[in-house]
Amino acid sequence: MTPTEPAARPAAGPPAGPPMVEMRQVTKSFGAARALADGTIALSAGEAHALLGENGAGKSTLVKILAGVYQPDGGTVLIDGEPVVFAGPAASQAAGISIIYQEPTLFPDLTVAENIFLGRQPLASGRRIDHRRMYRDAAAVFARLGVTIDPRRPARGLSVADQQIVEIAKAISFNARLFVMDEPTAALTSVEVERLFEVVRTLRGQGAAVLFISHRLEEAFTICQRVTVMRDGRFVRTDPIEALTVDAIIRSMVGRDLSGLYPHTGSPVGEPVLQVDRIGRIGVFSDISFTVHAGEIVALAGLVGAGRSEVARAIFGIDKRDTGTVTVRGKRLPPGRPQVAMAAGIGFVPEDRRQQGLVMDLGVDHNVALASLHRLSRFGLIRRSSEGRLAADWGRRLQLKYDRLRNPVWTLSGGNQQKVVLGKWLSREPSLLIIDEPTRGIDVGTKAEVHRLLDELVQSGVAVLMISSELPEVLGMADRILVLHEGRLVRELSRAQADEGSVMRAATGQTEGAVA
Amino acid sequence: MTAVADAPPVPDRGRRMLESVGRARELGIVAAIVIVFVVTTVKNSAFAHGDSVQQLLAGASLIALLGAGEALVIISRNVDLSVGSVLGLSAYLVGTLFEHHHGVPIALAFVVGIGVGAACGLVNGILTAVLRVPSLVVTLAALYVIRGITALIVSGHQIDPGSIPGSFQNIGNAAVANVPWLAILVTVIVVGINYAMRTFRPARDLYAIGSNPEAAALAGVPTGRRICVAFMISGALAGLGGVLFISEFATVNSTAGSGYELLVVAAVVVGGVAIFGGSGTVLGAALGALLLNTISQALVAARISAFWNQAITGALLLAAIAFDRFVSLRVNRALRKQGGASHG
Amino acid sequence: MADTQVPVTQTEAAATTTGEPARWARGGLGWRLLLRWEAVLVVLLIASILYGRSVSTHFLSGSNLFFTGLNVGEIAIMALPLTFIVITGEIDLSVASMLGLASTLLGVLYKHGWSIWAAMAAVLVVGALGGALNGVLITRLGLPSIAVTIGTLTLFRGIAEIILKSDSVTGFPIGWTNIGILPIHGTHIAYSVGVFLLLAVVFGIVLHGTPLGRSIYAIGLQAEAAFFAGIRVQRIKFWLYVLSGVICALAGILWTFRFATARYNAGTGLELNVVALVLLGGVSIFGGRGSILGVVLAACVLGSLQEAMTLVNVAPQVQNIVVGALLLVSVAVPNAPELIARVRRRLASSRLPRRGTTEGVSVDINP
Repeated sequence: MTPTEPAARPAAGPPAGPPMVEMRQVTKSFGAARALADGTIALSAGEAHALLGENGAGKSTLVKILAGVYQPDGGTVLIDGEPVVFAGPAASQAAGISIIYQEPTLFPDLTVAENIFLGRQPLASGRRIDHRRMYRDAAAVFARLGVTIDPRRPARGLSVADQQIVEIAKAISFNARLFVMDEPTAALTSVEVERLFEVVRTLRGQGAAVLFISHRLEEAFTICQRVTVMRDGRFVRTDPIEALTVDAIIRSMVGRDLSGLYPHTGSPVGEPVLQVDRIGRIGVFSDISFTVHAGEIVALAGLVGAGRSEVARAIFGIDKRDTGTVTVRGKRLPPGRPQVAMAAGIGFVPEDRRQQGLVMDLGVDHNVALASLHRLSRFGLIRRSSEGRLAADWGRRLQLKYDRLRNPVWTLSGGNQQKVVLGKWLSREPSLLIIDEPTRGIDVGTKAEVHRLLDELVQSGVAVLMISSELPEVLGMADRILVLHEGRLVRELSRAQADEGSVMRAATGQTEGAVA
Repeated sequence: MTAVADAPPVPDRGRRMLESVGRARELGIVAAIVIVFVVTTVKNSAFAHGDSVQQLLAGASLIALLGAGEALVIISRNVDLSVGSVLGLSAYLVGTLFEHHHGVPIALAFVVGIGVGAACGLVNGILTAVLRVPSLVVTLAALYVIRGITALIVSGHQIDPGSIPGSFQNIGNAAVANVPWLAILVTVIVVGINYAMRTFRPARDLYAIGSNPEAAALAGVPTGRRICVAFMISGALAGLGGVLFISEFATVNSTAGSGYELLVVAAVVVGGVAIFGGSGTVLGAALGALLLNTISQALVAARISAFWNQAITGALLLAAIAFDRFVSLRVNRALRKQGGASHG
Repeated sequence: MADTQVPVTQTEAAATTTGEPARWARGGLGWRLLLRWEAVLVVLLIASILYGRSVSTHFLSGSNLFFTGLNVGEIAIMALPLTFIVITGEIDLSVASMLGLASTLLGVLYKHGWSIWAAMAAVLVVGALGGALNGVLITRLGLPSIAVTIGTLTLFRGIAEIILKSDSVTGFPIGWTNIGILPIHGTHIAYSVGVFLLLAVVFGIVLHGTPLGRSIYAIGLQAEAAFFAGIRVQRIKFWLYVLSGVICALAGILWTFRFATARYNAGTGLELNVVALVLLGGVSIFGGRGSILGVVLAACVLGSLQEAMTLVNVAPQVQNIVVGALLLVSVAVPNAPELIARVRRRLASSRLPRRGTTEGVSVDINP
C-alpha cells in the first residue's frame, strides 16, 4: 500500500498516439467564483490515471465538463485528437465517456439487467421487450468484467460495491472508452476495493482508460500509471507514478509545508471523560474498549468500512449498541438515546454535513440553536433573537463568514457550514466532542482554522474523539491513535509511535503488536 | 460481447424470494378471495349462486377499472384523487348526450366519456409533471373543480333513464353465463394493461420514475411525458368508468362517483402497489378491488350486518400495508445478505 | 480559494434540473417568504369581503358572521393539528372519520345514561387512542402515513357505523345544542369559532415560539439532522397524531351539538376540506414550511368566500370550483418565478439528455 511496495503495480508509461481524451487549459467560472482556471489532463487508452487534489482544487468541475454537464468557458476538449463540444451529457456519453459517481443511482425496484438497459432494452417483434435476451446480454457484460451478479435480481439490497459494478456494466453497455470514477473506494471494504481494482485492470486490458479521482494517495500507487495533480483550479503536474513519492504529491496538492496545518502538539491531560467498555454492535463492530481523557485528542483511524463512524454513533446513541457500556464522567449512558448523551456533555459533529449536521434550508441562527432549544427558552418560549445572539456570538468566535444570520446555511461555503455545526455543539460547552471527518470538503484555509480550534479546545480541557480518513490529519492532530480493522480495535499508537506505516499496517490487518 | 457467464449464478435466495413474493402477492389475494368465498358459501349457500356471483363481479368491475389507471399513477410515485369526480362528470355528460340526441351511436358515447376523462387526466398531468405541482394537491383541486363543474351542469336535473338506449344499458347489465359483460370488458382491459406494463419500454420508464425520480431524469427518461400519459390513462379509464356507470344504472346525479377515490386507492394498496411507487402490478390492483368487493358482499350474505363492512375494509387495508412492509423488510435483508457478486 | 457552491453530487445536480421547488421557495422560517403568501391571503380576504358586501348589505351583519363561522368552525379546528403534522412531512386523512366516530360515541354514551361531561371525556380519550393507533403504525412500524390514514379513515368510520348503524341520537341537553343556534354571549362569534381562535393562539405560540415548534420545522426540513441534534423525531410525530385525534374528537363533539344529532356519517368527506384548508394556508405539502397565521387567514377567506357565494345562491358543490382553483393558486404562487423560468426553458428546447439522440442542448445548472 505504500510507494515502496512493488506488489501488483501494472506496467508504467503512457502509450503512443494522440491521447484518447484530452483537456487543454479549460476554464469555468460560476458567476464570480472561478472553479477551474487551467484544466489540463491527457488520458490514453489502456491507462489508469489518478486525478489528485484537495477539495476545491477543481477536480469535480473538470469531471463535469468532461461529462457534458457543464460547458467550458474557455480551453479545448479533444477526443482522439479532435476538438469536440459536448452539448449535453448525452453527447459525452455518445463519445464514450462514462462517469461512475460516488453515489450510484440505481432503480431499486428494477432488476439489475433492467437498470443497465433502461430505455434500451432489447426488443422482440412488435416492440416488445425481449426479457431473456436482456438477461443474457447483462450476464455477458458481467462476464466481460469478470464478475458475477445475478441480472435477474432487483437492484435493491445491493451493496455499494455491487452497485458500482452495475454502474460500470451500464457504462460498458454504452461502449464507454473512458471510465471516470469519482471517489470509488470511499465506501468499500478492502476486499471490495481489491475486486474493483481487478475490474479496473480488466477494463485497461480491453483498451479503456480509467480516470480515478481519489483522496487516497496509496490507491493511486496501487492501481495507476500516471498521476495529475491539481491545486486551486489549476493543473499542477502530470507524472508517471514511479517518478513520485507521497510527499511530493502532497506538496504539489497543498503547495505548502504540511506541519503548518496541524498545530496540535500536546496539552495537559486530565481526568478520564469517556470510558468505553467492550461495546459491540452485531455485524458491525465488537469488543471495543478505550478511554478518552480531558485535554487529549484521540483519533479513530482505519479504512472505510472498519467501523469508526459506527462506533462513534453508537457511543453518542444515534445507533443502538448491543453490548458493553459507555460512561461519561462517571455516568452510564443508556444505549440509543442521543438526548441523554447530550445532557451528559457529549457533542457530535457528524460525517455527513448536508444530511446529518445541518438543516440546509434553515438559517444560521436556527442551526446553531438547534441543539440548545431548551436551554435558550424561558418559560417554555424561545425567541428568534436569543437564537440570533447565540449564533452571532459563536460566529464571531469561530470567524464565521455569513451575510445575514437568517440566510439559509446552504448559501455558505463548506468551511463555513462546518463552523456552523461546530458552533451548534460548542455552544453547549461539551466535555467531550466527537467529530467525524472534521475537515472533509473544506478549503485549506478553513481547515487550518478548524485544527486550531480543536487544539484550543483541548488546551481548555475538553476531550476530543476524532475520526478522520486523512492520515496526515490523524498523525498531525492526535495524541493517541486507535486503529480499527473490520470492526475490531487492533492497535493503539501514541503520538510518538505513530507514522503512516504503522497506522496503515494496522488498518489493513497486519498486526505487529498487541492492543495497548 | 461473445462470452457468456461461465458459472451458474450464485444461489440467490433473495432474488427468488422477491420473484416469488411478487407472484405470491397476487396469488395471495386470489387465495384470500377464494377463502372468503368458500367460508361465506358455507354460511349461506346462495352466495355461490349464479346471480350472486354475477353481482360480485359486476360490483368490483368499476373499482377494478379505476384501480388499473390509479395503479399506473401510483407506480410513478404520484396519486390521482380525481378519479371519482371524473367518473361522475363523464357519466353525466354521456347521459346528457343520450338525452339530447336520441339515436346517437353508442360508440360516440364511449368516445365522449373516454375523451373527457383523458382531457382531465392531461390537465392533471401537465400540472404535475410540467409545472411541478405535487400530484396530491393537483388532483385534490381537480376533484373539487370537476365536482363543481359537474354540479353546475347537472343543476339538480337527473338523467331520465328512459333516454338511455336499451342496447347501451345491456353493456352494463347483461351477462353471459352469469359473467357480466362489464366484468369481461374490465378483465380484458386489465390484462391488456398488465401485459403492456411488463413488455413495453415506456411502461418500464414509469417504474423507473417511481423507483428513483432523480436517476430517471439523469438517465434521460422523458419523465414529463410519461407522467402525463399515466394521468391521461387514469383519466381515460375513469371516463370509461363513467360510461359504464351510466350504462349500468341508467341514471346519474351529481353525487355519482363521490367517495370512489379513496376506495380505489385502498384497492390498489391492498393489491400490492407500493404507495411510494416503483413496484406493484395492475393485475394486483384489480384483484385488490375484487377482494374488497367480495368481502363487502360476503358480509351481506353471511348476514353479518353490512355495517361491519367499512371497519373490516379499514382493518384489512392496515393489515395489508403492515404485511407488505414486513415482507419487504425480510426480502431486503435477504437481498443484502445474498451479496451478489464475486470475482472470477 | 474559496469553495464554490457548485452542486457537488449527482443527485444535487439532478435536483435543480428535475426540479423540486427551488431552494429559495422552500425553507422554513424566512419571514419574507411567509409574509408573501399571508399577504396574498389578506388581499383575498379583503376581496371576498368586498364582494360579499356588494352582493348583500347583510354580509357583515352579526348573524351572517355567526353563520359563516359556524360553517367553517369544525374544519378549521381540525386544520390546526393537521398543520403541525403536514409541516413534519406527514399527513392525516383520518380527521373527519374521527369526528364521525366521536359524534357516534357521544350519542351512544349519552343515550346509555352517561352524563354529558363523562361522555365528552370518554370521547376525547377515544380520540387520543385513535390518534395513538395512527402514531404507532406510522412511527413504530414505519408505515407511510398517507396509506395508514386512509386505512384508519375507513376503520374509524366503520367502527362508528357498527356502533350506531343507521340510527341517530338526539335529545342532547339544550344548553349544549344551543351552540348551533346562539353565538357566544355578547358577541356574534359562534362557539366553535371561539374554540378555534383560542386553539389557534395556543398552536401559533407553540409553533412559532417554543422548542417544540422549532423541532417540528426541523423535522419537516431534514429529519435526520434533527435527530442528530437530539430531537426526538419519532416521539414528537407520535404525539402529534395523538393530538390530532383528541382535537378531531373535540370537533366531533362540537359538530354533534351544532346539529343536535349524532350519526355515524357525520363529516363524511370532510377530510379533503381540512387538507385543502391547510394547503391554502400556505403550508407546504413537502413539509418544513407554513404558519398558523396562514391557516387562520385561509379559514377566514374560505368562510367569507363560501358565505358570499351562498348569498348569491351558488350551489355548494359549485363553490368548490373556486376552492379548487384557490388551492392550485396557493401552491403555484410561491413556486411561480421558478415555475415560469422552468416552463420557458422547457418550451424553448429539451434540456435533459434525450434518448437516442447524440446531441442535447446545453444543460444550465445553476450552482
